[in-house]
Amino acid sequence: MSSWDLWWWVILPYLALVTFVVGHVWRWRYDRFGWTSRSTQLQERRLLKWGGPLFHYGTFAAIVGHVLGILVPESFTRWLGIPENVYRWFSSIGGTVAALAVIAGVAVLALRRTAVPRVRATTSAVDWIALVLLAVVIVLGAIPTMGINLFGSGYDYRRSVALWFRGLFAGDPDVRAVSHAPLIYQVHATAAWAILAVWPFTRLVHAWSYPLWYLWRPYVLYRGRVPTHPTEPGTSGRRWRRIGAGY
Amino acid sequence: MARDGATAGPRAGATVGRCMAQVAMVMNLDKCIGCHTCSVTCKQTWTNRPGAEYVWFNNVETKPGVGYPRGYEDQKRWKGGWELGRRGRLNLKAGGRLRKLATIFYNPELPSLDDFYEPWTYDYEKLVTAPLSDSFPSARPKSQLTGRDMRPVHGPNWDDDLAGAAVYAAADPNLEGLSEQVRMEFEQAFMFYLPRICEHCLNPSCVASCPSGAMYKREEDGIVLVDQDRCRGWRFCVSGCPYKKVYFNHRTGKAEKCTFCYPRIEAGQPTICSETCVGRLRHLGVMLYDADAVLKAASVEDDKDLYEAQLSVFLDPHDPDVLAAAERDGIAHDWIQAAQRSPVHSLIKRHRVALPLHPEYRTMPMVWYVPPLSPVTDAVHATGYDEADPDRVFAAIESLRIPMAYLANLFTAGDTAVVEGVLRKLTAMRAHMRGVQLGDPVDEELLDAVGMSARDVEDLYRLLAIAKYDDRYVIPKVHAEGSGALMAQHCSLDYPGGAADSGAHTQDTLSGTPSLPGLSAPGGGSRFRDSDGRVRFNLLGWNGTAPAPGLFGDSGRGGDR
Repeated sequence: MSSWDLWWWVILPYLALVTFVVGHVWRWRYDRFGWTSRSTQLQERRLLKWGGPLFHYGTFAAIVGHVLGILVPESFTRWLGIPENVYRWFSSIGGTVAALAVIAGVAVLALRRTAVPRVRATTSAVDWIALVLLAVVIVLGAIPTMGINLFGSGYDYRRSVALWFRGLFAGDPDVRAVSHAPLIYQVHATAAWAILAVWPFTRLVHAWSYPLWYLWRPYVLYRGRVPTHPTEPGTSGRRWRRIGAGY
Repeated sequence: MARDGATAGPRAGATVGRCMAQVAMVMNLDKCIGCHTCSVTCKQTWTNRPGAEYVWFNNVETKPGVGYPRGYEDQKRWKGGWELGRRGRLNLKAGGRLRKLATIFYNPELPSLDDFYEPWTYDYEKLVTAPLSDSFPSARPKSQLTGRDMRPVHGPNWDDDLAGAAVYAAADPNLEGLSEQVRMEFEQAFMFYLPRICEHCLNPSCVASCPSGAMYKREEDGIVLVDQDRCRGWRFCVSGCPYKKVYFNHRTGKAEKCTFCYPRIEAGQPTICSETCVGRLRHLGVMLYDADAVLKAASVEDDKDLYEAQLSVFLDPHDPDVLAAAERDGIAHDWIQAAQRSPVHSLIKRHRVALPLHPEYRTMPMVWYVPPLSPVTDAVHATGYDEADPDRVFAAIESLRIPMAYLANLFTAGDTAVVEGVLRKLTAMRAHMRGVQLGDPVDEELLDAVGMSARDVEDLYRLLAIAKYDDRYVIPKVHAEGSGALMAQHCSLDYPGGAADSGAHTQDTLSGTPSLPGLSAPGGGSRFRDSDGRVRFNLLGWNGTAPAPGLFGDSGRGGDR
């Protein structure tokens, strides 16, 4: 194992995970005001109507696919009695459907973000980084799903990438397994770690605020007037911006 | 904290449910001259920030007209407010919780910025920096969304005074059902202004629509607010509000709405729109209501019964049962007294001349309106109205079917009888007061016709026509005893009358020279109350002139004078 391998497959993932966790704690404590989905539907609605749902629902499907394929061990599906062949067809076809939805959605959204001036103006620098990384992850995730597993000879990532990934959480990552995986999987995984690292500093934090408790909540909420501690100077995070300040 | 279904326990068997207080507003439309001072002062106070350029917590609409955002009253399109379900249950018109979560990535009912207007400014700098030339430099309009050149095509008040009446007035959703010929005829005779703020509803559909639970109704005064730290920008409040009075700040990505100037209300001051109203047409006061009865009242079957249903929710602040309930539910004595003196209660419940805006949305709005008589009398004058004969004006009110139907569409879900009753009262008030001025005997027949006593009419006259500051605004201060220790951490309170001024607690705080906090306090802002409640010395805020007790350690009681 070279130090290069160590960097890419051990240090970088752990750095990203630590940044992810610490970054969220920091953002939650210091910038709850900036914690928002940052919707631009007000500015543009015709493209969002298609792009928004396609991208988000496609992403949900892709996340479920990753959980099934990477987090669930191969031994478990075998124990359930699912033959390798069935698993592979299910994952490649399901993955392809999800990938097509995500790609179609992200294409519409990317067009919207770059070509509609009103939307473009709302994008901060860190959002651009996250969006570019997202595009890399999506493209490099879709290519092997369709090119290798659906139409190609297939590649059993469950015996290489998945072992390494699960090992990270057990404190014992199998670096050998991932370092011999095809390059496209490696870049896909690396870009994904990069996304996790910038996640807490972007609008992506809204993912954790999907308001499921709305389903159980009473409709009308009452709250008492609570005197609050004034925030310490310099810690209140972003507030409404100065008049004349840019985005 | 949710309060639904809290009927058991101490209130079991009581006739009055949970008694709550609401600071409400009534606007007397007869006096509105459409000057937009309220809108401008409100904007200067609350929404002169980037992202809020198009946000008008207060706006004044010309009626008939499309309103702001354009056509907001067309609930077939925007689906704001509540509707009665098949089994008599109240549902959000835009769909329930599951539908909201399913459409969270694209809200089909959200108006776009073009339904408001694209905010713009002018390139004023060009006027000064343009090179010398034969032609005058011009300031070009620039979009405040993109900074690019643009051509303004809509503004916040594009249809002011029926500008382009054929386009705007005819598009008013309240005119639905009135035939085209009648419309044109009445456009010549009928126009008035409708100032609008958030209704601070008893049954707010924006609060119910917010998936994050960031919006809430305050227990103490019923003001509906958005918690900026909990809003996640899902934007269902914007579409959920049938009055479209929740706005989306396009820079912060969060919802903002009329705050009813809660910092001013807490201090016993009127809202800025009321304070600066040139026509003095706004009244502010406390309403006591039965919170347990709200849902039932909002669920009555016939839209036309909603006005009476909402009236039944309001409690009489002189009724001993109500007083007992108010005490039981922790409403302070000065708030009950304020409720008894409330001009809003007088206009809404005692005289019944104020009406809610669009009760058919079933949100139980709390900003009510005295419908305008002026355009009616104008029309009557045109037909030869005789001041001395009020019977003719009564007859004329009835024959003016179009304005009546229009006003009814606005204020009573189409029930013209209620509007007519109010207009008759206003007419009778004018006739009676005219008689009083001229020394004529009291016309009992006239008063009987509207079911009011001479005292009632004169009280109404005092409220609507004289409208002294202290009669218009009866606002009790918030009870915040004990919260001062928290709020004082970073601000000086040693000005006369402040929390750190020991003299203020032993003598009348109003006597003595008033001074601005932080400007004329001896020693400058040199003292503050620490988290342990002690007054300490702050060297950074010391102006070097006054003595500096406590500068060198704690001698006795810190910086106490």
